[in-house]
Amino acid sequence: MNRAVLFLPLAIFMGLVGYFAIGLTRNPSEIRSVLVDKPLPAIDLPVPDRTDIRLDNATFQGKVSLLNVFASWCIACRVEHPVLLRLASEKAIPIYGLAWKDKPEEMKAWIAELGDPYSLIGDDAKGRTAIDLGVTGAPETFVIDRKGKIRYKFVGPIDDYAWESTLKPLIKLLEAEP
Amino acid sequence: MMRVLQGLSSLVACALSVTLAFAAMEPDEILSDPAKEKRARGITKELRCVVCQNQSVDDSDAPLAKDIRLIVRERIMAGETDDQVRAFVVARYGQYVLLRPPLGVDTALIWIGPFALLAIALGVATLYLRRARVAGDPANGKLSLEEEQRVEALLKDDGR
Repeated sequence: MNRAVLFLPLAIFMGLVGYFAIGLTRNPSEIRSVLVDKPLPAIDLPVPDRTDIRLDNATFQGKVSLLNVFASWCIACRVEHPVLLRLASEKAIPIYGLAWKDKPEEMKAWIAELGDPYSLIGDDAKGRTAIDLGVTGAPETFVIDRKGKIRYKFVGPIDDYAWESTLKPLIKLLEAEP
Repeated sequence: MMRVLQGLSSLVACALSVTLAFAAMEPDEILSDPAKEKRARGITKELRCVVCQNQSVDDSDAPLAKDIRLIVRERIMAGETDDQVRAFVVARYGQYVLLRPPLGVDTALIWIGPFALLAIALGVATLYLRRARVAGDPANGKLSLEEEQRVEALLKDDGR
């Protein structure tokens, strides 16, 4: 028998080790959204304390923007909030909020306490728009291009590293698009 | 002793999680039409909850799973077929949410893989066993000339 064959089990074993080693570095809660590169689903949400305007698909036309899914009950959103506030103060990009399954009073109190980075907030109290967006948890942030298409979904709180390494370069690219 | 205790506590935890799993469905979610309710449960049992990923939507206590259970029932009441209801969820969350993914190019390995491995194992085992049998039966039971001479010599010694 060929001696090389004796090393076959070892080779298979090493292959499996490599496969699982790669698997362990991946985050299982990051499910690539099937909605990436598709137009935003139909959105038409009331804006708290405003009767003259709604958060709808027209809101996202003609500019690159972020749609941030948050809630006052979401702990990680509290961690993310200062980053959004800084982006808003630097006028880095318009940020729209989607208040997911939140009570309007609690959401308003949360914004009053922490500050308001949002250009507009849509109130998705029943969570149906979030399901249309394939939201799996909060916070989640969608990058929307000028034509109102979803180009990226960021899962989890945005921190400085994620902003600088992932989102900012992507937004720069999208802003260069016609 | 510690081991026994640990084993017991994990058993209890398993038992508890099973009971909790059965409690996930809330009474107000159940449809009054038993046939439609049965269809709804059939669908949600095979949808993955995207919050706690190894539970089905039917088993999960997550609020998002409850919303999806309600949506499935609304769509059934609106007269959609099971396939249409599943397509609605897949359009939002991807094929990933189907606990029984359809056979396709990207899922072929999941479906065929185990059978392919079994076939390879059986093939290797057959080859190995056949070779072992041949090796245990040298020269079809006949002794070489040298061996026969040795046997004769031994037999002579014995007769002395």
